[in-house]
Formats: sequence, structure tokens, C-alpha cells
Amino acid sequence: METKPYASARYLPFGDKALLIEFGNIISLEVNHKVIALNEAVNKAKIHGVEELVPTYRSLLIRYDVLKVSYEQLIFRIKDIEQTLKDIKIEVGKKFTIPVVYGKDYGPDLGYVAQYHGLTEEQVVKIHANREYRVYMLGFVAGFPYLGEVADEIATPRLETPRLKVPAGSVGIAEKQTGVYPCEAPGGWRIIGRTPLKLFNPPQQPPALLTPGDIVRFKPISEKEFKMETRK
Amino acid sequence: MKVFNALKPGFFTTIQDLGRYGFLKYGVPISGAMDTFSLTAANLIVGNNPNDAGLEITLNGPELQALSKTQIAITGGNILLKINGENVPMWQTLNIQADDVLSFGKMESGCRAYLAIRGGIKTPPVLGSRSTYLRGGFGGINGRQLKTGDIIEGFDTQWLEFECKMPEELVPQFTNHFKVHAILGPQDDMFTEKGISTFLSSQYKVTLEADRMGYRLEGPLIEHKGKADIVSDALLPGAVQVPKNGKPIVIMRDAQTTGGYPKVAVIIFSDLSMLGQAKPNDTIEFHKVNMRQAHEKLREYYELLQNLSSILVRS
Repeated sequence: METKPYASARYLPFGDKALLIEFGNIISLEVNHKVIALNEAVNKAKIHGVEELVPTYRSLLIRYDVLKVSYEQLIFRIKDIEQTLKDIKIEVGKKFTIPVVYGKDYGPDLGYVAQYHGLTEEQVVKIHANREYRVYMLGFVAGFPYLGEVADEIATPRLETPRLKVPAGSVGIAEKQTGVYPCEAPGGWRIIGRTPLKLFNPPQQPPALLTPGDIVRFKPISEKEFKMETRK
Repeated sequence: MKVFNALKPGFFTTIQDLGRYGFLKYGVPISGAMDTFSLTAANLIVGNNPNDAGLEITLNGPELQALSKTQIAITGGNILLKINGENVPMWQTLNIQADDVLSFGKMESGCRAYLAIRGGIKTPPVLGSRSTYLRGGFGGINGRQLKTGDIIEGFDTQWLEFECKMPEELVPQFTNHFKVHAILGPQDDMFTEKGISTFLSSQYKVTLEADRMGYRLEGPLIEHKGKADIVSDALLPGAVQVPKNGKPIVIMRDAQTTGGYPKVAVIIFSDLSMLGQAKPNDTIEFHKVNMRQAHEKLREYYELLQNLSSILVRS
């Protein structure tokens, strides 16, 4: 298993309409910082022909129009931008607090996670809520944030058989990642709670509450507070 | 303007335009017509913009009763088409009177047909597109497939004084076998030489797990060098993922926007429309092209789309 970022970024073809720039094949703050920094810098450069940027854990995908910029020209421009990144201070993303009712029907796997680590449910909640997570990327279903990293004390493998339906708002753990289901979807993450917060609201622009690079903290709330929030 | 009442919904009918672009970073797939060429052609035949919304009809068509006078065109996979029980042709303007009943028979080749209505189908656009994204539950008619009793609305527009027809030689012919061109990468270095040559020299069968999200294929296994997982990165339609079991998965328009399997290759854009017509048990073979060849083909394809409207035969 690789443990380090690549010595230099890899520029890779992604079909005839996109370029992929990989910084490593690991989940790490350092790698994701590079992705977000390049994302910001390319955005600002407003390169003619660049249509869309997709930052992920460890790579940046650039969709481009070959009628406006050639593959070689694009690589040349991006490498140029990449060179300047070392001097750029990365802007810290926006901070968000996500209220969560933990356990019971809202978090059917909280008991399992506690048992798996020899902890009480209260301890799991405390550990989960007591740290800041970085939004590494959005994917899986519209608006689903991949957040990292979960403390080793509560990092838990996925379900062996995924559930066919996980309710909207469910907060889950998969190894060292945590995430929130914005809508009902099938899924194998260990569900420990649920938020009344709407993470994805398509008519709005932008449609998702969170953007890669943002910082998230979970706040335990009571069932009563959850119900009041959902009624709003 | 109310244009059609759905008497029968068909097997799987959705509203699609050319796609929802610009929201991949929020996890929103591109969606849109699986065969964008056929939707574009249908739109141009009735004088619409290429990106206007139409119906994507899968395998078994709906039955639609006209609620007003209109003009339509049906393109895509070869499907038997009737107005008030009488056979009518695809790929040309059809004039429809109120109360006419449009019905479809069996799909004889291909998998998806497209119905364009003069002026385009009217639904509230979501994030700049009318395409239905089923899993997200938005776009089209409340993010779902057509059901009995749905009313399809269209934009009011002028009657087209001439009729259009696609020149015979430009009507795509779909068989049960698809040859597509692909550029190796981005993670082709995770496969052995033998794995790559297997991929490029074999025929792969589309399994029953084939829908708007993607096609799982069956065929000779593609060998990885070592591990078969990557830290998730972005996906686009046309990407060919190979999980640990060695069986490729072709990513299509409603797929999730990120994935954790290495991608051996990505199918070129101009071949992807055609591949949108593949159905279970059809076979696919992959041919390698380099970037220069791929971009030549892309330019030719753009040129064809650009000129398509003027190539149509008018009468």
C-alpha cells in the first residue's frame, strides 16, 4: 500500500474530453490540500476551453473543449500553474456544524460500532462529535460528502451486505471516513445517527451545502430537537 | 400547452435533454440522453434547439394521446411506430392532430428511441437541465419515469411550414455488436500487459445489469498487476472501470460521479451515443486510439452535429 504522495503530479488522459491530474493514491490531508489548491488556482486562471473542474480525494479532473484548447496546451498551462502552488497559502474552507441525533432508530449501527471497539455508545458519540472533519470530496449520490478522518478508536469497516435503503440525513462511518446521506439511497456505511439538515437542495445554486475543502463538525442533539428541526 | 396524455407509460420512459453540466463536484451526474446523437437529430427535424427536452423510450414504447395539434419526430433504435393504428416512419417530421393516438411496437434494433416535440417538452429545469435523474429524484417529471395519466407539456411555438427528413445514409444502423474506440488510461498502468491485450482483443457481453447508470460486462477477465482498488476519484460517462473480479463496467450517464476501481480506458465521445443503444446480450469490442486520432474523430463529429440541420432533406 502506498503511503506517500507522488514525488511529482501525474498528468493522465481521461478520454477525449478530460485531463486527470493525480497527486497520490492515498487519503491524506497533504494530497487533498494540493488538489484543492490546484482547483482554486485553475479556477482563477480562467483558461479558455476549460469547462469544469472535479476535485476528489487525490486528483483533479479537468473537462475541456478541444476546439478551444488542445490537450498539449492545456497540460502546459496547468503545469505552469502547478509550479506556482508552492508559494500559495491554502485558504481554509468554510466551517459548518451539522446537528445529529445519535443512536436508536436514527443510528441503528451505533451499538455495533461501540461493541466493535469495546466502548459505550456515549463514548462513540463523543469521539465522533469531538473533532473537525475535512470535506475531501462529494460523490456517490448528489451532495454526499466524504469526510475525514475518523479517529482510529471508532473507525469501523462497512456492512458486509449493504442496506437497500438508507434514509436521507443518515450519518455513517466507513473505516476512517464519515459521511452524510443527502437522500435515501442504498449503502453499506455503519449508520450512527441522523441529521435534520438538508445537504442537497437542487433548485438552489450551488445545490450542495458543502464544497470540497470545507470543515465540518457534528453536534449531538436530542430527538426532540431533531423533530423540531425537521418540522421547519 | 398540453401536448400528450400518457395512456400507457411504456417500460421505462423519461424526459431527457443533452445533460446537466457543471455540477460534478457536487456529486451530480451529467444525465441526459443515452444516445445524444439521436435526440439531437429528433430535435433538429422538428426545428428545435439540439438541447431541447424529449422523451427517451426504452425497449417498449408508451401510448400517447395528443391533446393538441403538434409536430413530432422519432429517432434512435428502430421501433415500430403507429398513429391511429397506421404505420408511420421514423427520422422525419410527423404532423399530429388533437386526439391522434401514437403507439409503439417492439424495438427491433437498438435499445432507446427518442421523441421530440416541436418547441420542446416543458418541465421546470433543475440546475439548468430538464433531464430526469432517477436516483436523485429530480429533473423531468418530478425526477421519475413516465406513468399513466401524466400530461406532457410543450412550449408554444410556430408551426413548421416544411417537413424534414434525415438522409438515409445518416440514419444510424444498430446491430447486436458494438465497436467502440477508447483511449487507454487514466489507470491503465494498474493492469498487466496481458490484461490490456485481453481487453483490446476480446468481445464483452452486456449483462442484465445494464441501465442508465452503466453496463456490467461479461467476458475474458482483465488482469490487474496487483491490487484492484484506488482511492476514489472522478468518473465520466465512457469510463471503463475494472473491479477486482476482472469484469469491466462501462460508466454511463446517470452513474455516480466518483468511483474506487481503476479505469483501464475511456470510450471516445462520438462512440458513446451509439453505445447508448446497447442492451443485455449485445456484445462490445474495444479498439485503442491515441489522443490525436481521438481528437480528429471528435472534430469530425462536432462538424457533423454543426451541419446536421442543413443536411436534413426538406419538403
